[in-house]
Amino acid sequence: MMPLNVQKISDGSVVDHIAAGAGSKVLAILSSSHPIEGMAALIINAPSKKLGRKDIVKIENVFIDETTANKIALIAPKATVNIIRGGEVVDKHHVEMPKTLSGLLSCPNPKCITNSEKAKTSFSLEESGSMRCRHCERLFKPEELV
Amino acid sequence: MPRCQRKKSRAGFGKDLISIRDLSKGEVELFLSEAARMEKLLGMPGCELLKGKVVANMFYEPSTRTNMSFQAATKRLGAKIMTFYPTTSSAAKGETLADTIRMIDGYADAIVLRHPLEGAARFAADLSEHPVINAGDGGNQHPTQTLIDLYSIKKLKGKIAGLNVSLLGDLKHARAMRSLLYGLGMFGAKVTLISPPALRMDEDIIEETKRKFGADVSQTASIDLSGCDVLYVCRIQKERFSDPYEAEKMQKEFRVDLELLSSAPKDLAILHPLPKVDEIPPEVDADPRAKYFEQAKNGVPVRMAVLKLCLGV
Repeated sequence: MMPLNVQKISDGSVVDHIAAGAGSKVLAILSSSHPIEGMAALIINAPSKKLGRKDIVKIENVFIDETTANKIALIAPKATVNIIRGGEVVDKHHVEMPKTLSGLLSCPNPKCITNSEKAKTSFSLEESGSMRCRHCERLFKPEELV
Repeated sequence: MPRCQRKKSRAGFGKDLISIRDLSKGEVELFLSEAARMEKLLGMPGCELLKGKVVANMFYEPSTRTNMSFQAATKRLGAKIMTFYPTTSSAAKGETLADTIRMIDGYADAIVLRHPLEGAARFAADLSEHPVINAGDGGNQHPTQTLIDLYSIKKLKGKIAGLNVSLLGDLKHARAMRSLLYGLGMFGAKVTLISPPALRMDEDIIEETKRKFGADVSQTASIDLSGCDVLYVCRIQKERFSDPYEAEKMQKEFRVDLELLSSAPKDLAILHPLPKVDEIPPEVDADPRAKYFEQAKNGVPVRMAVLKLCLGV
């Protein structure tokens, strides 16, 4: 099989170890949080020792902040974020599932008051790994929130 | 000063009552013991525990028992009640709940709110400086009903821990049943959930109750009342079925009639949040085991306790 090469980026972010199939959602989160003006690449089904198959997102001139990393953790909890400056990896960290997420996401429950009134949403992480809406108290799988 | 401190009082509970999930066992016990004191007060005229206070009753949805018993509780405590009518107020002109709450918060000492949207009471409590009492927020919570249910069981049986309690009916849609399971688990009752497979309670609340309290909860689709101490019935919500025949069939299978009760324990207590339709036929009302009207009557002392404690008196 011919190796598939994707150009390196000199400044920007690489999100690695995304479970296969979730890469497009990660790209959607990034594009909703930051205007994409440079190059962006989505690599799907790349071989991975840890995951078997993985997706990778490379995005130029976007430096992922904690808020965006928290959102990424909802759908790719094993992802790593690499920050690249001048062609070098200057920061590398695992995303972490946040204990609470406030004001970032809307509640998927159409009957939740936060979808009718101007209310700041808040979700808290339960022991089961689901997120509970502070208002309607319903539980959601993390990936349902993005 | 932060809002929570403004609401908090040295005496009593002194804060909002939004969800049974917010309460510790000690706080639930405080409500239950206060309700017992309030019940004794009912026979004594001229109670002025809340004299000078004004309670706003805001019901955006129809209600008989909750609305009337909150009104009765307010008057029994010597407070004044202010009633909000959504159809003839500015809510009908499209005023937001946020604006309505901010305004009424300036008129009243406590707000009792029923609203069709889930989370409305918590949203209101975030905006209000005065205590907000959730009188039902859509399909989410109805904490005062849960307190009434626990109070009724304790009053009838002398305890909750160790009782065999069966919850029967549409356990998927009835908010009262979800909150009650949580409360029963908190107090150590053994709970059997009886429903058609399609109307089972959501797994998340069962798992949460087991995880938090180590509760003994089982599920079945067949009715067996042997050894049962309390049978709590709720109606099959036919309006949620696309096929009315299917709903009717389920209702017949899960009907609590005299034939079913002929083999049930003599000291069984039958409870129901009401309104009941045809899940319990009228002839059962005369059975001494039918305790649902007594349960509804308990709404007044329990809501007196809620008003008193939330107002921090």
